[in-house]
Amino acid sequence: MSLELKGISKSFGSLVANESIDLKVDTGEILAILGENGAGKSTLMNIVYGLLQSDSGEIYVDGKVVKINSPADALSVGIGMVHQHFMLIPVFTVAENIILGHEDVHRGRLTLHEAKVKIKKISDDFKFEIDPDAIVEELPVGIQQRVEIIRALIYDAKVLILDEPTAVLTPQETDELLNIMRTLKSKGTSIIFITHKLREVKAVADRISVIRRGKVVGTTSPTATQEELASMMVGHEVDLTARKSASTTGRKILEVTNLNVFDGLGRKIIKDLSLEIKAGEILAIAGVQGNGQSELARALINLEDHVTGSIKLDSEEIVGKSVHEALQSGIAYVPESRELDGLIGSFSIAENLILDVHSVSPVSKNGQLNINYVNNNADKLIKEFDVRTQSIFDTASSLSGGNKQKVVLARELSRSVKLVIVSQPTRGLDVGSIEFVHERLIAEKDSGRAVLLISSELDEVYGLADRIAVIYKGEILGVTDSSISREKLGLMMAGVK
Amino acid sequence: MLRQLKKIKNVTQLPFLAFIFAFLIGGIIIALTDSEVMSNLNSPRKFLTSFLAKIGNSFLAIFQGSIYDVNLARGESFFKGFYPLSDTVVNATPLILAGLAVSLAFKSGLFNIGAQGQFIFGAIGASYIGFNFEFPSLIHIPLALTAGIICAGIYGGFVGFLKAKTGAHEVIVTIMLNYIAAFFLLWLLKTETFLRPGNINPIAPEVKESAQLPLFLGEDLRIHAGIFIALITAIFVWWLLNKSTLGFKFRAVGANANAAKTAGISTSFVTFSTMFICGALAGLGGAVHVLGTNHALGADIGGSYGFDAITVALLGRASVLGTVLAAFLFGALQTSGLNLLSVTGTPFEIVQVIQALIVLFIATPALIKFIFRVKSETAEKTITAKGWNG
Amino acid sequence: MKYLSAIQKRQLRGIQVMSLLLVLFSFVFYFNSTKVEDITFGFVIDQEWQLINEWVVASKSGSGLFLLLALIGVALAYLQFRNGKQIVTGGFIFGFGIILAFLCWTASGKFVPFTGILQGAIMFSVPLIFGSLSGLLCEKSGVINIAIEGQLLFAACVSAMIASISQNVFIGLVFAPIAGMLVSFLLAFFAIKYQVDQVILGFVLNVLVIGLTGYIYSKLLVPYGDVWNLGPTFDRTPIPLLSKLPIIGPILFNQTIIVYLMYLIVFVIQFAMFKTRWGLRTRAIGELPIAADSVGIDVNRLRYKNVLLAGLVAGIGGSYFTLGAVGSFTKEMTAGAGFIALACLIFGKWTPRGAVTAALFFGFTTSLQSNLSIIGVSIPSEFMLMVPYIATIIAVSGVVGRVRAPAADGIPYSRGNR
Repeated sequence: MSLELKGISKSFGSLVANESIDLKVDTGEILAILGENGAGKSTLMNIVYGLLQSDSGEIYVDGKVVKINSPADALSVGIGMVHQHFMLIPVFTVAENIILGHEDVHRGRLTLHEAKVKIKKISDDFKFEIDPDAIVEELPVGIQQRVEIIRALIYDAKVLILDEPTAVLTPQETDELLNIMRTLKSKGTSIIFITHKLREVKAVADRISVIRRGKVVGTTSPTATQEELASMMVGHEVDLTARKSASTTGRKILEVTNLNVFDGLGRKIIKDLSLEIKAGEILAIAGVQGNGQSELARALINLEDHVTGSIKLDSEEIVGKSVHEALQSGIAYVPESRELDGLIGSFSIAENLILDVHSVSPVSKNGQLNINYVNNNADKLIKEFDVRTQSIFDTASSLSGGNKQKVVLARELSRSVKLVIVSQPTRGLDVGSIEFVHERLIAEKDSGRAVLLISSELDEVYGLADRIAVIYKGEILGVTDSSISREKLGLMMAGVK
Repeated sequence: MLRQLKKIKNVTQLPFLAFIFAFLIGGIIIALTDSEVMSNLNSPRKFLTSFLAKIGNSFLAIFQGSIYDVNLARGESFFKGFYPLSDTVVNATPLILAGLAVSLAFKSGLFNIGAQGQFIFGAIGASYIGFNFEFPSLIHIPLALTAGIICAGIYGGFVGFLKAKTGAHEVIVTIMLNYIAAFFLLWLLKTETFLRPGNINPIAPEVKESAQLPLFLGEDLRIHAGIFIALITAIFVWWLLNKSTLGFKFRAVGANANAAKTAGISTSFVTFSTMFICGALAGLGGAVHVLGTNHALGADIGGSYGFDAITVALLGRASVLGTVLAAFLFGALQTSGLNLLSVTGTPFEIVQVIQALIVLFIATPALIKFIFRVKSETAEKTITAKGWNG
Repeated sequence: MKYLSAIQKRQLRGIQVMSLLLVLFSFVFYFNSTKVEDITFGFVIDQEWQLINEWVVASKSGSGLFLLLALIGVALAYLQFRNGKQIVTGGFIFGFGIILAFLCWTASGKFVPFTGILQGAIMFSVPLIFGSLSGLLCEKSGVINIAIEGQLLFAACVSAMIASISQNVFIGLVFAPIAGMLVSFLLAFFAIKYQVDQVILGFVLNVLVIGLTGYIYSKLLVPYGDVWNLGPTFDRTPIPLLSKLPIIGPILFNQTIIVYLMYLIVFVIQFAMFKTRWGLRTRAIGELPIAADSVGIDVNRLRYKNVLLAGLVAGIGGSYFTLGAVGSFTKEMTAGAGFIALACLIFGKWTPRGAVTAALFFGFTTSLQSNLSIIGVSIPSEFMLMVPYIATIIAVSGVVGRVRAPAADGIPYSRGNR
């Protein structure tokens, strides 16, 4: 089945997300759509899948125009989608999730039997090893993704859209997924593969379309070099390597010994973890999302409730202190999610810049906020960190992703700290902001602070880290220097020592 | 200057229209349920005139019953006509304080349905000190008020404590505590300490004169110094929320608890202290009510102040100024209820209907904009009661 | 030592509290008890077949016996805890034992109509069950329903008026669900179409209905009461044979038609929520509506449907106040039952079975209270009246603790706005 988009445009208020986009994918072809975060890829695919309606333009299936007003319409013409954020009900079983919307009913009663048989069959065909009765939220993300693929296949999808499918996978799982895509292709399924990762595009795509600022800026073949693709994506020449400085390490700043972190159900998320970081070095924690790195970062400032072991900052024990005390004893913390944990959207930029020092002098004076100081502080910091905003009194939610991250960085780095913890610091940012964040982190290291970088982007890890610790299922599998090969690192991230 | 005016227009336009619309519906209900109006159904012209006359008369009765009544002034002094206004202020006073107790909780992301129970406990504490001891006024009044504040503060703080320690949802706990407070009061009024000697009706002794809030406009008017206490408290709450470090914590937790926690703010502390202060505020309302207006603790001391306080806070969009204004509006509507009944024969429950409609329409700007075909920037959402998982 | 999770810690604390209470009550009800008179439990209230007519037991030995039962409850809870299960069953047995031990202690020398108390428990819990099921239908599909009180009250008012002018109780019953659905429609319209904050909306709808019914009451029902507010009521309809069963017969099968309707609705909802297409979709839109949308389910349409259905259920419950009991309407006659129903829903962790159990528990304590004040016991009636509310606070903060509502409960759904 072929799918063709002609002149698709979509805007949200004054923001133009898609501007007369033309694309075509043929039967049994893999079309890669490459673009930066925020380029308009997801908007486009949500239009194709019926979750959004385009302002203008047409969609053709096998040369005939179709109207897609809802996902139901998309499914009925044979378009399936594997979403970046899985569309699975966490508390349902695999089988329940798959029949949802297409239920078999026998005398008013749901029957799961047929669905289970079909799941088993597809699961066997592709060696997915999926138990139809497993509860989805208890499955690893890689498996959850396969549930989504199975669902698309059971609904008889002839065109499969994969939206950033590798973001949550290990390098090995990514390779497996690429193989699955090749198999699907050989069976005649057309695939639209959305990504911002150049390597994967080159490995699997038949054609590559690049989207920048809502427009298709070019279509090319996988023989193009990574540099060529990158400059098409960003719009100017890019240097893909971060400039790392030589490190001069000093005394031990952070020492973690036998740290255990439990979740609310008593499961061990971090197991007997030990590590140390010296002044003037960047230690990266590499690992696939969901292996305990978020919990580790949170535990270091005592945000986790159930912790045993010892965390020493400059030989001062952190475990048992409050979050406030941990932060004030000299830790800067940049959380994984800016919107959820880093900022208060409805507060002004100025207020966000004092969020964790609001109760200490000089911000607080006799229990009252020192408004003059708060405003001067904000004026100073937005200049220093190049936050693009009209006023320090604008709300944080009005900022773009990159500027939000700069506000968080400004707040955390402007305190006098010894240790900087950054968690996925460039996730979802544009190239310009990524460069800013990277330079800033290297500057922090050069000024003698210890930096703990948690990232699932291997390029970032290689570009910045002096040493790399690989985390797998809550354990550190090993600590190496940054000369380790990608293949070896990938194997470690998949749990092979 | 122009920008300022535009901003004021933006903020006030929709509430004003919501207000008009709610009164209009209220008026229509009054007229359509009036037997005289309905008896004119066969003649459209007569029907229309009596319909409009009924609505006009009702609104006039509401005005005369709550602000200024010319009939009272006739033959007497001009000032006598303000008697209803004095009553409006008296009714508004406890509503301001209890309303603030709900508004402040909203700012911390808590839904305090328990103002009723807290109000009752405040009244109990103040009344006990008021009738049981004899001090000079300068000591007696502050002492009685403090007793009310502390009793209710603990009662409210208990909710925060439970939520922080066990996660018990404050909506459920406060609903239950309202009932418990009402039964506790009933029991208390049967005990030897509280039952007025020689009385079998559940009513406590009158508070000593030294504990009564002064009637600063003379004995004729019921208005008492409680209004100043309420207004000063409102200013204090405004300062607390907008200028103090503690208020910053409250607002931070209310706006984004996760980010607040990440920045080192203890949500347990905020939950507890918010509920303590909210309890204290509602309790102060109860104390002022018993020391200024009722002078004796009875089984119905709480009236429906605690529940009306929620509507007041919602109407005031949880802001301090909004709450104070809304309390005056509700005080006026409630005061007018009796006049409305005696002059036009309209049951005063209509006032409750109008109150509910105002809040409903204010919460639905899109509908008001649609009905009145106005274009206006949507005001930012100021109250978001959190669902059960919040 | 084995590491305990937060839930396990809370369970352990719950067991500790139960043990402590057991020791405390053992002293009050048994070791320190000076009550010597016998207590008589009556088991027959009507013409049912008799298995046992009366049971006479000395106050002290009765207390001791039921304290033992409570001890078994604690032991069971501990066993359940050790096996990593929920401790709810143990907790219930414990509570039951303590209440009966208390009864033996406080009602010494008196006659306790045991079957009568249970029959009353059903009666008191009827509106709560209807109300909490109404809440369940809304909240499982992602709409918070605080307006249960308003649904009950409006249906009570309308059904009484209609039954009165038609002098036909069945016509009244037909209009009750319609009234409930009217309130539901407002809830759905403002919550789904205009995305008004649902907690606030529900609260305001309650105020609106209280005001409106109060207005109707004063304007119409009082002055023209003989026409508008003098309706017939349902008689008890004993089910042949079943109502003759000893003890449970008169409790369960000698009730009004509204109660039988309730049995049916409870059964249907429990089945449909977990075994049908509708149930699967309803639970899906309450958890992750965008996922349901992405497989072609019209989220908001199903929400509309379920909220209206909830009004229907609550409406029948509302008619119980008037048609099922006194026939005439009085101002605010639901007296907060809607809020208690809401508490039952949360207490029962958003499951039909849990909500019904919680409502029965509430009905039982209320019935016990009202019977004891008729018997005339030494405890002030006000404290007896508090018991259901205190029990709810303990349950919510101890046994139930942090509960998990449907993930999307209270969050309006529109596409492109996850």
